Amino acid sequence: MRLLSASETRIGVIGALGLASVAMLPLLDQGYTLTLTVNIMLYVVLCTAWALFSGPTHYISLATAAFYGLGTYAVALGIDILPFPLLVLIGALVAGVVAGLVGVATLRLSGVYFVIFTLGLAELIRQVVTWLQSEMGSSLGLYVLTDLREQHLLWMLTGMAALVYVAGWLINRSRLGFAMRIIGNDETVARHVGIDTALAKVVLFIISGTIIGAVGAILAPRYSYITPTGAFNSMISFQVVIMALLGGVHRLWGPLLGVIPFTILFDQVSSRFPNHTSLVVGLAFIAIVYLLPRGVLGFFADLASLRRRFRIVLVEDGKAVP
Amino acid sequence: MSGSLLSVSAARRAFGGLVAVNDVSFEVKDGELLGLIGPNGSGKTTMLNLISGAIRPNSGMIVLGGETISGLPAHRVARLGVARTFQLVRVLPTLSVEENVTAGGVFGHIRVWGEDAHKLAHALLERVGLGGRAGTPTGSLTYIDQKRLELARALASNPRLLLLDEWLAGLNPSELRIGIQLIRDIRNDGRTIIMVEHVMDAIRSLCDRVVVMSSGKTIADGDVGAVLSDPAVIRAYLGGENA
Repeated sequence: MRLLSASETRIGVIGALGLASVAMLPLLDQGYTLTLTVNIMLYVVLCTAWALFSGPTHYISLATAAFYGLGTYAVALGIDILPFPLLVLIGALVAGVVAGLVGVATLRLSGVYFVIFTLGLAELIRQVVTWLQSEMGSSLGLYVLTDLREQHLLWMLTGMAALVYVAGWLINRSRLGFAMRIIGNDETVARHVGIDTALAKVVLFIISGTIIGAVGAILAPRYSYITPTGAFNSMISFQVVIMALLGGVHRLWGPLLGVIPFTILFDQVSSRFPNHTSLVVGLAFIAIVYLLPRGVLGFFADLASLRRRFRIVLVEDGKAVP
Repeated sequence: MSGSLLSVSAARRAFGGLVAVNDVSFEVKDGELLGLIGPNGSGKTTMLNLISGAIRPNSGMIVLGGETISGLPAHRVARLGVARTFQLVRVLPTLSVEENVTAGGVFGHIRVWGEDAHKLAHALLERVGLGGRAGTPTGSLTYIDQKRLELARALASNPRLLLLDEWLAGLNPSELRIGIQLIRDIRNDGRTIIMVEHVMDAIRSLCDRVVVMSSGKTIADGDVGAVLSDPAVIRAYLGGENA
């Protein structure tokens, strides 16, 4: 039985080399490039995990901030008691459990209702955490002081990226992946060929949420002082959607194509126009949607078909010339 | 061959004030090809939807080979061995022709995966007349080929009961001949089939028995020749004054 096709092997090797070279970066630079790369890797993992669920189902989830914040809080609450790796695992599990509960409760909601619910979820959890903290009489924030530096975050995120890509690849070639493609095409047909559509969606939502929770936990040391407003910041949810859609969600590596330019753009804009960041990013986003309505992935596909057509025209012209 | 595979007893489904299926009862024997006919809006498709689990009956019972399937969700009914085609053809446009067929076999009644699924898909494509087309883009198929594809998908789970919802509708005369022959072949394999159909030639030449529905009720059930000459049936189709 063939385990890997030639092109899968090639993509695997390129991917492994890419991740390995990202992991080497701290040897060359400890400053700006490292910080920027941590940001890129952060959103690569978040967007790819998001697209695992939202790509095939077309359900736009704004729950990223909820899962991310749960991961961050798992670390913030336990950092004095438990070792960091265990807390990342706990953060991932808590996010996964919440994703499961939310999934069971909401995936029957269609379209826009699901979007609104997931947006509300992050807000709800944030309010609950704020309330709990004030009830317990502690201060508003929690300190996360560790020896972990930027390069450690980068290595952990690189590991997560490898994990999310392998997971995505395994899902795509599994029955679950096949079921999701059928659901994305026609949910009625999916049910009538024997797919438990609700279960398939919940399972994928849990996988996606678990990964996002783990990322939130990994990033906790970066913030040092963790508040509900910072941890459950819905900007993360929106940025993940924008970047993933900008790249394209129909290929596993699609979001990557959106994350890299957008993170760099965001970084440049926020350093040059510190007071007008939202304005400039908003304008950039409008321009992107207008110029690349199908994302970077779709743009390349269009370009390829245009070139093919152009080549045919050239050949025909060539014949016409004596 | 004489055992009853499906038994529908007093199935009822209302949409608001409209009772689309009004206490309908009938049986389908193992290996039988039953025609379900009636004028437009008489509740035939709703009846198929009740059997396949697309919608639940308000009351009544549907039993498949001893197991109650009424009230079960569609995916559970499919796994128990009911496969169907749709009145408005539903292919999966972004999947390849082969994947469209395997979709029916991976999650359903008898499950296949990997190399087995690949072989099954090719055999079924050959069967329905799409041999050698496994790699073509699904969107480029003609209407009859989409219908063939849907039939292959329904057969992929090796269902105990096959539901065809106006599978022959919209075909031209030569395609119709091919279509009728195809259904006859499938039926000769011993497959139990319920077909909702308006094409009377097909009903006459294919069905063992017909059930006639009108305004949500069964008005006749029996041998094709006898039922089609029944004055009540003619009245239902042509209106009272012509009978």
